[in-house]
Amino acid sequence: MRFFEYESRRILERERIPITQSGHAETPEEARKIAEDVGGPVVIKSQVLAGGRMKAGGVKFADTPEECEAHARDILALEINGQVPRGVLVAAKAQIAHEYYAGVIYDGVRKLPTFVFSDMGGIDIEEVAETHPDHIGRGHFSTVLPPMDFRAKDAIAQTGLTGRELTRLTPILSALARLFATYDMTLAEINPLVKLEDGSFVAVDAHMEMENEARPRQKALLTELGVGEDETREAREATPFEIEGERIDSVDHRGVAGNVTEFDGNLGLVIGAGGGSLTLFDAVRHHGGNPANYCEIGGNPSVSKAANLTKLVLQKPGVEKIAVMMSTVSNTRVDIVARGVIKACVELGFDPAEKIAVFRIPGAWEEEGFKILDRYGLEYADRSVSMHEAARIAVEKVSGGSDGAAPLRGEEPGAEKPPTERLSGADEVLEG
Amino acid sequence: MSILIDESTTFIVQGITGREAVNLTRECLDYGSTIIGGVTPGRRGREVHGVPVFDSVAQLVEATGQVPDGSVVTVPPAFTRDAVFEAIEAGVRLVVIVTERIPRYDVAQMVELANLRGARIIGPNCLGLIRPGVGKMGGIGGPARDVVKAYQPGSVGVMSRSGGMTTEISSTLTAAGLGVSTAISIGGDPIIGSTYAELMPLFEADDQSEAIVIYSEPGGRMEAELAAWVIENRSRLPIVAFMAGRFMDEMPGMSFGHAGTIVEGKADTAAEKIARLEAAGIAVAQEIAEIPDLVRERLGGRAGAGGQVVA
Repeated sequence: MRFFEYESRRILERERIPITQSGHAETPEEARKIAEDVGGPVVIKSQVLAGGRMKAGGVKFADTPEECEAHARDILALEINGQVPRGVLVAAKAQIAHEYYAGVIYDGVRKLPTFVFSDMGGIDIEEVAETHPDHIGRGHFSTVLPPMDFRAKDAIAQTGLTGRELTRLTPILSALARLFATYDMTLAEINPLVKLEDGSFVAVDAHMEMENEARPRQKALLTELGVGEDETREAREATPFEIEGERIDSVDHRGVAGNVTEFDGNLGLVIGAGGGSLTLFDAVRHHGGNPANYCEIGGNPSVSKAANLTKLVLQKPGVEKIAVMMSTVSNTRVDIVARGVIKACVELGFDPAEKIAVFRIPGAWEEEGFKILDRYGLEYADRSVSMHEAARIAVEKVSGGSDGAAPLRGEEPGAEKPPTERLSGADEVLEG
Repeated sequence: MSILIDESTTFIVQGITGREAVNLTRECLDYGSTIIGGVTPGRRGREVHGVPVFDSVAQLVEATGQVPDGSVVTVPPAFTRDAVFEAIEAGVRLVVIVTERIPRYDVAQMVELANLRGARIIGPNCLGLIRPGVGKMGGIGGPARDVVKAYQPGSVGVMSRSGGMTTEISSTLTAAGLGVSTAISIGGDPIIGSTYAELMPLFEADDQSEAIVIYSEPGGRMEAELAAWVIENRSRLPIVAFMAGRFMDEMPGMSFGHAGTIVEGKADTAAEKIARLEAAGIAVAQEIAEIPDLVRERLGGRAGAGGQVVA
């Protein structure tokens, strides 16, 4: 879950990492007020969860409160990457002597958090990693031993820094590591971390991401920041269809039937589970099918949960038929899923044998499941039919199956989605 | 030789009184595994399918007079770290973590402690492991009657980031007569206790294993790590990989499937991983059904048909 810059700044403040004087404004008038308080040149920054703000015109400088108000008015009306800004940040313009990069991320191979530091800040860290690898310092730190400042010092010293720079930067990087651990971050970066003309250091921009799994135990921080429980902060905002999928999953704790993502195809998918869904979605596209959705069902869901998810998919505009497919199941029961999907069809007035293009779920309780499917005349497949073969059967039963898969498109039919910006490139530097 | 478990392996189930834990206890016992006890705080004195329940691992060790070889941990995410610490500090050396949705920092802590103590973690967010015909730890394969359909003893080692796909692939290998030596559901989280590359030396040393099949996904650096290991160690084992989630390359920043399955950088994409695996001589299958033929091709005359282990 990604934080806006104004939230990331508040988290830095909690760890006593110095930041430029700033405020968050929802209106041009509020922006002006902050500029008056700052009392000097300011920068006005669009608050969106996307990079490339400067290029998009979402960052402007002002010398007077009046100018600040005018810029804020423009920026508040400017969508960036399809996102309406969550207000603007107004911050004192720093008198920059030098820019640094300070970050903490996970190294999944070493399975430890690691520092990433550079004396070339202000640009993308992956660019530095590519062009000036000797300007990047790294170093893992322990998650079971107490915090040790020397780990941060070693990472900084690798770039050749010494003297006052080294001794003043060390506690800042160390505090960033503490913050990373305390708040379950997956990314905490300050870029740039700036040395001012008076020799002091201050964070000018920050980017933080918290792990979704940790949201329950980070409730205190999230409440303080005003982050709502329903804010997913995904790369794109959830559609009503996807939110309904979430709801279906959350109201019944038995099993999983959710993780719905909407597409604009004609073949509805009731597929599972994690890896099975990925495999089957690929298989449908490989055979030229156009999926109406992605979803995951597994973990032994109840009949009603399976039925509710199926109903959601069946009722999606443009869906001609659905395919019910899974990898060989161990703890999900074939008979329960069979009952669920048939129940959904019947309750919506559809003939299950007509509406369900294929049912391919082998595994636990399959004999019982196949008996039910026989009774309703469904075409089903056991494990002798591969997942790809089942996908092919389904694709052939809906129209347009043979023209090849269309590019994946999101929730707005007809509107080409701009490529989602990568959330962070910080982990690229692990390669170096 | 065997990998991680053999006929004499003993283990415990932490969180044994939970709904899914009761099921997996039944399944493991039916399949012939030896479960010497279970732990749920406050439930001392109960039994689950004849398995005695204790308040703590230390209590269990004292009562049974032995330190179990392994533990299957199925406690809720907020309590998993402590349960795993408890097992490791009691001397357990193989911890299978079934629980999903554990915060990554906790996983890093568990893995770090395991490394310090010389213990091994499988998972989290996994279904465990199985040595067909010998025993299983975890829900892998489901009830014993279903396990035998998918897992027959044979010559191919299986490692998978997806629990369900471990069984799908094993079922395909079994149907093709190749069978499975050991199958390990390694877990779908961004940090896991044992990666492909870390498990390879065990398969390498296992004379029952003649080839390896892996299931992989976008996200993370595990496949690159495996490719590097294979090149560096001149592995004797041919590897066939299946890469799911190819469509995700078109949707960077979106998470699908498992927590660890997200394209964050260019090294994370399915396309990049396939290129790295192939450069290391690893065959990448388009479909699951192609896997047995690819394995046979790479084995040449080495593997016996009919699931027979070549001595």
